[in-house]
Amino acid sequence: MDDIRGTVLLLPGLQSLIDLLRARGWAVVGPTVRDGVVVHAEIESVDQLPRGVGDLQDGGSYRLRHRGDEKLFGYVGGPQGWKSLLFPSRELMWSGRRVGTEVEVEPAVVDAPRLALFGVRSCDLHAIGIHDQVLAKRAVPDPAYVTRREATFIVAVTCSDPGGTCFCVSMGTGPVPDRGFDLALTELPDQDVHRFLVVPGSDRGEEVLEELTTRAEGDEVLNAARADRAAAREVGAAAAQRMGRSLNTDGLRDLLYANAAHPQWDDVASRCLACTNCTLVCPTCFCTSVDDVSDLTGSTTARWRVWDSCFTNDFSYLHGGSVRPSVSSRYRQWATHKLASWVDQFGTSGCVGCGRCITWCPAAIDITAEVAAIRSGED
Amino acid sequence: MQRLAERQGVQPVVAAMVPRLFRLVHRRQDTADTFTIQLKPTDGRPLGFIPGQFTMLSAFGVGEVPISFSGAAHLGGLLQHTVRDVGAVTHALARASVGELLGLRGPYGTGWDVADGRDGDVVFVAGGIGLAPLRPAVLEVLSHRQRYGRVVVLYGTRSPPDLLFADELKRWEGQGVEVLVTVDHGTPSWTGRVGRVADLIARAGFDPGSTLALVCGPEIMTRFTAAALVERGVHPDRVRVYLERNMRCGVGLCGHCQYRELFVCVDGPVLPYARVADLLGVREL
Repeated sequence: MDDIRGTVLLLPGLQSLIDLLRARGWAVVGPTVRDGVVVHAEIESVDQLPRGVGDLQDGGSYRLRHRGDEKLFGYVGGPQGWKSLLFPSRELMWSGRRVGTEVEVEPAVVDAPRLALFGVRSCDLHAIGIHDQVLAKRAVPDPAYVTRREATFIVAVTCSDPGGTCFCVSMGTGPVPDRGFDLALTELPDQDVHRFLVVPGSDRGEEVLEELTTRAEGDEVLNAARADRAAAREVGAAAAQRMGRSLNTDGLRDLLYANAAHPQWDDVASRCLACTNCTLVCPTCFCTSVDDVSDLTGSTTARWRVWDSCFTNDFSYLHGGSVRPSVSSRYRQWATHKLASWVDQFGTSGCVGCGRCITWCPAAIDITAEVAAIRSGED
Repeated sequence: MQRLAERQGVQPVVAAMVPRLFRLVHRRQDTADTFTIQLKPTDGRPLGFIPGQFTMLSAFGVGEVPISFSGAAHLGGLLQHTVRDVGAVTHALARASVGELLGLRGPYGTGWDVADGRDGDVVFVAGGIGLAPLRPAVLEVLSHRQRYGRVVVLYGTRSPPDLLFADELKRWEGQGVEVLVTVDHGTPSWTGRVGRVADLIARAGFDPGSTLALVCGPEIMTRFTAAALVERGVHPDRVRVYLERNMRCGVGLCGHCQYRELFVCVDGPVLPYARVADLLGVREL
């Protein structure tokens, strides 16, 4: 961010940004509070953002709190990443009709709304980058993902208040957005006036920012001063010091490959409920199944692709039984895929250190602790 | 999310997940639970494949399963699949009658590359329905028989009534193939061998130093067979094994077929034993 001068938005300027994105045809989806949780919803106003809301996250625990200030981004990720917007949990592949002995198959059409993702954390930006690798840059890409991704504008935000289960610093994925965004915001710490430093990360972002500056009325949009940029850097640096968890990634791939028979897998299995929560909240988990849904007469049918989880018994079902009947082997599959085999498959770790799998595990299982337990036996 | 209904316009999903329609033109019951079907493309476009590859075969309204080709790569535009009736989809396929339409995607996966065994001996080792994915490779060898040295087919199955392609096995013997058959459990009238197919490796006539071995069967059989071939002196790179995992897409996107870092549907199903020898020893991988 150092080489970019940046722009400062006051609160009305942030509203103007939302207005401009909407005027340019993007539906703006940002964090809002619903049922005591920060979730994503379409927003039209900065007033819909979680003002003065913080969160407390730990293994199996998530609570919102009043911060006692006016910050709009003073919390970290809720249970949802942005995955479901680009890669829906349920997607039609095709539908068909039986007419006599004939069958007609009609391919599905992609529903690709133009979305501006507003307030994307660095961990989630990296998760989107990983999905680009997994779903788009493949011999046979997922065309629906590619279409939606191209229709997406991303407004990132520097994480200022990492949670108790965060470990993006260990994974090299945060807390400061470094790439993969159109615009990046940093909410500047308490001053007389609520201010955001915004920098562009793409030509499209630059263009939006230029128009925002041109159209701005009064002093809602300002040129950033040296002090603003220094303050923004300080936000990121301070956040990096406050990670709730850490994961030693040294030789992690080989460590897990070498410990496929480690007793720790049985230990974690004695606590794991195989509920699949971790895979559903994980912003990078991409496994899917297909369901054929037909009417009672069997004359029409539709094939839906649905999110699946390697924690189910059915996931590895092969004629006569499951390949992974034990929870131990399923947790090992998940953790080894995420942290080790993903590297062989896609060139990066599959974990971005967002901590959601820890927060939303009803048994408070902590992947960083499980890996540490396996590593402790090695030393 | 729907309020600001700015749609970028709808686009058709590219064909990867959408099946082509094939008509069932011939059906044969092989054993009590196994049958062979022949399929013809309704759009007239023949589907090329290499021995060892598979398709995702759909029974309309029921579901889709990976099934390997069991017919010759050149069958006059007809595709042949040999299927064991073990689950909902294969049961629906079993009930399908001639004239019905089935959905098909593919071909997917790696092949046996049996031509790599020319000028040397070729050993096929099959367990149960594992003979079906090997059959196209055997037929390829037989169509160029003189280019190969000794050709051996070792086949083990559960019991004599489960013997697949029994007449054909006899024919192959007449075409210069050493065929050794064994069953897990004999019947009173069975006068052949009883025991593991891996135990046939020691008695088959081939030169391990110049052998390409292709193995297809249940994972436990594959593991012991490949180890026995290496024990006899076949180089682990010259032993190819066929892996089997749950598959929902066939193109490496659904994640189901992962075998540690491998996507069996695109990296396999045929893989060099040297690549997976360590993995075969890990339980529930």
